[in-house]
Order: sequence, then structure tokens, then C-alpha cells
Amino acid sequence: MKGNSESNERPFAVFTSLFRREITLIWRHRSDMANPLVFFLIAITLLPLGVDPSRQMLAQLAPGMIWIMALLATLLSLDGLFRSDYEDGSIDQYLLTSQPLYLTALAKICAHWLSTGLPLALVAPLLGAMLALPEGGYLALLLTLLPGTAIMSLIGATGAALTVCLRAGGLILSLLVMPLYLPVLILGANAVTAAVGGFPIDTHLALLGAYLALMLIIMPFATAGALRISASA
Amino acid sequence: MAWQWFHRLGSPRWFYEKTSRWLPWIAALTATIWLISLVWGLGFAPADAKQGNSYRIIFIHMPAAVLALVGYYVMAVAGAVGLIWRMKLPFMVMKSAAPIGAGLTLLTLATGSLWGHPTWGTYWEWDARNIFMLVLLFLYLGIILLQSVYPVREGADKACAILALVGTINVPIIYKSVDWWYSLHQPATIKLTESSTIHPSMFYPLLLSILAYYCFYSLALILYTRAEIISREGRTQWVRALVATKHAPERTG
Repeated sequence: MKGNSESNERPFAVFTSLFRREITLIWRHRSDMANPLVFFLIAITLLPLGVDPSRQMLAQLAPGMIWIMALLATLLSLDGLFRSDYEDGSIDQYLLTSQPLYLTALAKICAHWLSTGLPLALVAPLLGAMLALPEGGYLALLLTLLPGTAIMSLIGATGAALTVCLRAGGLILSLLVMPLYLPVLILGANAVTAAVGGFPIDTHLALLGAYLALMLIIMPFATAGALRISASA
Repeated sequence: MAWQWFHRLGSPRWFYEKTSRWLPWIAALTATIWLISLVWGLGFAPADAKQGNSYRIIFIHMPAAVLALVGYYVMAVAGAVGLIWRMKLPFMVMKSAAPIGAGLTLLTLATGSLWGHPTWGTYWEWDARNIFMLVLLFLYLGIILLQSVYPVREGADKACAILALVGTINVPIIYKSVDWWYSLHQPATIKLTESSTIHPSMFYPLLLSILAYYCFYSLALILYTRAEIISREGRTQWVRALVATKHAPERTG
């Protein structure tokens, strides 16, 4: 069959075309990329305003606080991951393509991470400076947020796919996904705190990498299953 | 032919009728073992060298923790069976296991906090095991929530099954957390491969308590699943006949 031989010759054709479509759509609305970053910035100012603006206190709380705010910013951006696809019927089209739904989910997650997680991780050291983060913490912040936001995109995509057909989807998404984020938060925030204290963070990074590898294998499958459920709902 | 017993297990009606006969026995067994283990542990086991009599809450706290973890696996496996073999009954079991597990997790956290006050000096401490038990509670609550807000019953079942399966990674983390992190909880004293480090006079009532909680969990799961079966299969003939026979004496009498 012509269809089969074509898909065997270029197995990732659908993946690349879907990925390209996502990036194009994101680029067309590239001002939307700023939303999580602005939230990140504004939320960071809550700490000195709400708690204590002294440099001592800020330096102590900065590692964890930046990680928490990155987590919340990612959560906010997840609701729209599959929503427009659900509303215009694209999810049914995803089910009908010849490629496994795993790759479809992975394409969307990659595009989401590139447009949300990566900018967050790159901006975080700047916000660290605003929160008087001590010297050792900047590189650690960047190195832990890069895999950390990727893990959060992966886990969050499953939650987004599960809740896309619900009315109050965004809030329920947060409730479902936050328990699964806690180990990542613990690892990442502890790593930055350890780096600030002068300790090596090799084990933390290794654990984060292992967690990312595990999530890369499992989560797109879960997302695919969730997409099938949402399509039939 | 070999799979016939497996698919018969998936029939809600078969489950309901079989458990109707077993229920009195299971209830009696649960009550007996639980009473014996409680009286033995709370009354007759010797006092601890360091903690005195306040350690006795272990006979309530530890089995509840064990069953909260086991219950999560029961829920996740039931969801997986329902997803893979597309059977009705496993989804009903999964939905029933969620509130029981949540209740047991709450009991664990509450009794743990009561125990912590005289021994650690604090009601709550953010050590590894506490944190991940709290995560377990959130996972249970998330599944209960998702079941109630999904518009379509079938979709709700499958979505909760996926969520339960994704959360199973948390259970081994809880179990091993006392070994991986230095925390207030002591490492495991009951070991499977070596002899346990707990004294036999406390070990046996503890084992009996764990057994009692297993019986209690089975009882609760059966009762909740039966209620779920009646609720979901309400329009079938056998349920209607059941309701009719239960109400007939009132009508004629």
C-alpha cells in the first residue's frame, strides 16, 4: 500500500510536520510567550513585598521561591496546551494519523517546552539577582531548571490531556498535577540550596536526569491514552 | 476455556451474589481479629524501653500506613485491568478503593501526628515520609475529584485509571524514603529477608494488627463495590428484581 511504504520511509514525517506547525503557531502569537515570563517576574516580587525585603531573608528563600514560581508559571501555561485542539477537532485528526500517538504527544510537549520551559529557565538567573541569590546558585538554577521544566511539561501534558474536556479544567489540572510535581521541586530546590552552600550537585543533576529519562518514556504514553479518552468524551 | 473464570470475575452480578454469601463471615472474621489484635497490642504487649506506653499507637498507625500503600496498588491495578481488558467490575473496584485509601491515609497522618507529639516533641515535621504520605493523600483526593467532575462515566473511569497508574511511582518512594533520607522516622524494623529487629512480643501483635487491617480493607472494599454495582447497574433486571424482593414485605404488610 502506498500509504504504508511512505510512512515506513519517513517515519518521523508526521512528528516533524506537527512540531513545525506548533512552532509556527507559537511564533505567530509570540507575544503569548511573554505571559508566563511576566507572571514569573510579578510573582517573584510577591516574596519581598509579602514577607521581608532584607537581603538575608531573600537570600535564604530565593532558591526555593524561584523554583516554586517557575512551577506555577508552567502550570498556568499548561491549560492551553490541548484546548484549541480539542475545540476545533484536531485531537480526532491526531488519532487518525499513521504515526503512534506517542510521537504526536511528544511533538506537542517539545514545542511547549521550547516556548515555555526554556525561556523560564533562561530568565531565572536574572530573577535570582533580584532576590539576592548568593553566588553559587546561578549556574545551579539554570542547570536544574532546564531538565526540571522539561519534566514539568511532560507530566503536565498528561494532566492537560485528561482535563481538556472539563469545564473548570485549569484548576483541576493544577490539583491533579501538583502532587506529581513535588519530587521534582524537592530535587531542584535542594540542588540550588546545596550549590549556594558550596556543595557539589552532581547527584542532584544525575537524579533529575534520570527522572527526565523516565518521564520521557512514560508520560507521552499516558498523554496519548488521555487524548484518546478526551476525544471520545 | 481457561479464561472463563477470569471473565466471570468481571461480571458485577456474579460478584454481588458471591459476596452476599461471604459477607457475614468476612465481617465476623474482621471484627474478631481486630479485637484480639487491639486488646493484645494495647493491653498485653510490654511497654517500650524508650517510649513507654505511648508506642502502642503503632498498632493503629503502622497497619493503616501499610494498607494505605497497598490500597493504592489495588486501585492502580484495578484501573489497569479495566483499561486492558475493558471490564466493568475493575473500574467499580477502582472507584471504591479511592475513598477507603484516602481515609486510611488520613488515619495514618492523624495517628502519626498524635504519636509525634510525645515522642518527637512536634505534631508535624516535614520529613521525607510525611511529605510523600501527604502526596499519597493528594493523589487519592485527585482521583476522587476526577471521578466526580468528568461528564461521561466511561471517560471518568479511564481517566482515573491513567491518573492512578501515573501516581504509582510515589508508593515505592514512600516505602524507601526512610532509607534514602535521614529523617525522624526510623528505618524499617520488619524485614523480609533477615530476622526483624523488633522484639517478638511486640512483633506478633503488630502482625496480627496488619492482618486485621487487611481483613478490614477487604470488607470495606467489598461493601463499597457492592454499593457501586447497585448504583451503576440500577436499570438491569436482576437489580430491579433484588429491589422488588426487598421492598415486597413492606408493600403487602
